[in-house]
Amino acid sequence: MVNLLLPLLTPLFTAIFCILFWQKVKVQKVVFFIGATLSLYFAGRLLWYVSQHGILSIQIGNWAAPFGITLVADLLSAGIIVMASLTTLLVACFAQQQLDSLRMRFGFFTILLFLLFGVTGALLAGDIFNLYVWFEIIMVSTFVLLTLGGTKDQLEGAIKYVGINFLASSILLAGIGTVYGIAGTLNMADLALKIPEIEHSALVNLTAVFFIVGFGIKAAVFPLYFWLPASYPTPPVAITSMVGGLLTKIGVYVLIRFFTLIFTNDIGFTHEILIVMAGFTMVVGGLGAFAQNDFHKILSLSIVSQIGYMILGLGLFTSMALAGSIFFMVHNILVKTNLFLISGIVHSSNNSFKLKELGGVYKRLPIVALCFLISAFALTGLPPLTGFWGKFLLATAGFETEAYIITFIAIGTGLFTLLYMTKIWNEVFWKKDPAIETTKEQFPSQFHFIKDNFFLLLPVAVGSVLILYIGIFPEIFINYALNASEQLMNKDLYINAVLNR
Amino acid sequence: MDLLLPILTGILYAAGLSLLLHRSFMKMILGIIVMGHATNLFLFVVSRLSREPALLGEGEASLSTIADPVPQALILTAIVIGFGIQAFAIVLLKRAYQSKKTDDLDDLTRTDSLDEASI
Repeated sequence: MVNLLLPLLTPLFTAIFCILFWQKVKVQKVVFFIGATLSLYFAGRLLWYVSQHGILSIQIGNWAAPFGITLVADLLSAGIIVMASLTTLLVACFAQQQLDSLRMRFGFFTILLFLLFGVTGALLAGDIFNLYVWFEIIMVSTFVLLTLGGTKDQLEGAIKYVGINFLASSILLAGIGTVYGIAGTLNMADLALKIPEIEHSALVNLTAVFFIVGFGIKAAVFPLYFWLPASYPTPPVAITSMVGGLLTKIGVYVLIRFFTLIFTNDIGFTHEILIVMAGFTMVVGGLGAFAQNDFHKILSLSIVSQIGYMILGLGLFTSMALAGSIFFMVHNILVKTNLFLISGIVHSSNNSFKLKELGGVYKRLPIVALCFLISAFALTGLPPLTGFWGKFLLATAGFETEAYIITFIAIGTGLFTLLYMTKIWNEVFWKKDPAIETTKEQFPSQFHFIKDNFFLLLPVAVGSVLILYIGIFPEIFINYALNASEQLMNKDLYINAVLNR
Repeated sequence: MDLLLPILTGILYAAGLSLLLHRSFMKMILGIIVMGHATNLFLFVVSRLSREPALLGEGEASLSTIADPVPQALILTAIVIGFGIQAFAIVLLKRAYQSKKTDDLDDLTRTDSLDEASI
């Protein structure tokens, strides 16, 4: 039981300690890093425990399920909690060097910890309304992070983000109301038992659609993703790395949980919708990314395109497809965070995000170019890096279920990914720097740049090494993904663990 | 009463949606607020209306006539969360107006626009 609560409570208490040292940034940094490292350690322990002993669940306040609030950890939740803690640590290591001191003084570390707290809670929730509350915590923390600093672009992006995400919350609440009306309970394990017994399958499908739209907006699937390229590129890079790599994957996690546990009786309707949305998401995201001319915007639309793969795995609904989805989520959180942090280093050295004004980074900082190559090839799916294994699992599942059209679309999107990654490589790293002719400034050598910006490069280096490791020795991680998807396909394990039968 | 509340919920949803689609940012926030109220009323209607409060006296065992307490708890939570977000949205409106000097959402195109190509 303690194993489950520790990864949840550590960020909360660290955040409270950070508030106690308000405006003293140095103390906050120390407190933050102790807390974040502890969070990562506890999350790792939870994952180890769940892999040894099966699904772990506790009832808050000792009210028996299904009447009380349940926290459940299975392999999928525990794995994503580990990735979330790792991302927070990497991003904070980058942010404490690059973020301007005003933002750091006004609560950046505190809000980052509250975001991690909300994410962990959403991953552990076993009750739909509790899940809604955790999502609201995530949403408000993201509002604060997006508007921290208050530049014009940030405010404009925040307006779009607030508007559509509050609408998503209202739609979710309507869905929750409908579920309670037709089933009489909100506990997910209990719903898994009660929903198949309801005769009006049209009502169940209506509820499923409410949740697809509500969580689809959070997960940025087509046609609900337009808030993402408008709002994610606006805040400083550190904040974009945190939200861009993590939050949409939490939306995907919830969709996976709902559509493998609760709404599985009318697969022809609900999962067909998911497959069609996935196909459009992959293509539209890829084309959109290729059309952009700004480093950040390309990466933001790339997030959308990759989300399509994860929804595809859910839509195909076989054990191997879900394993592909899970592996993709883990791989994508790492690679996307890495790519955004690399864009931050390029901004540090060239002072711009626009492709027109960038260039020559390969000549100046070959190490950063190498890290970008590793991450970009991982995203595209070149063997032996992580993306290849994810796409391999998904394509195998697609061919097994004879869903040929969508599998070809998925493989073709790999080509789109290659297109826009090559565009970034050409414009940012390969071509001559257009600023050289105008400024005639001497750029410090790579060694001096690394010495001055060590904490910017450290998380990128760690990320790249992890990508190489997962790519070259994927067996543990693929086994984890297959075990997690077996657990998901087998509803009884979850139901028995929660309802103690 | 049984017919009035659902009709009212529908009217509030329609009003909220219509306000949400207006050009002015202030009206968009009002639309969000009204839709929040509509959703809360929807939760209330879904929980089978009753005139009895959700209290069990001594020796009473009849559960079928009293109101269901769970949706009431859900609605309270939703009201409080909605209120917090409305407060944030109103301050955001004030800051955005101060910085952009316009209330017109159609003017907010900088983050959606395509930058110039380098070729």
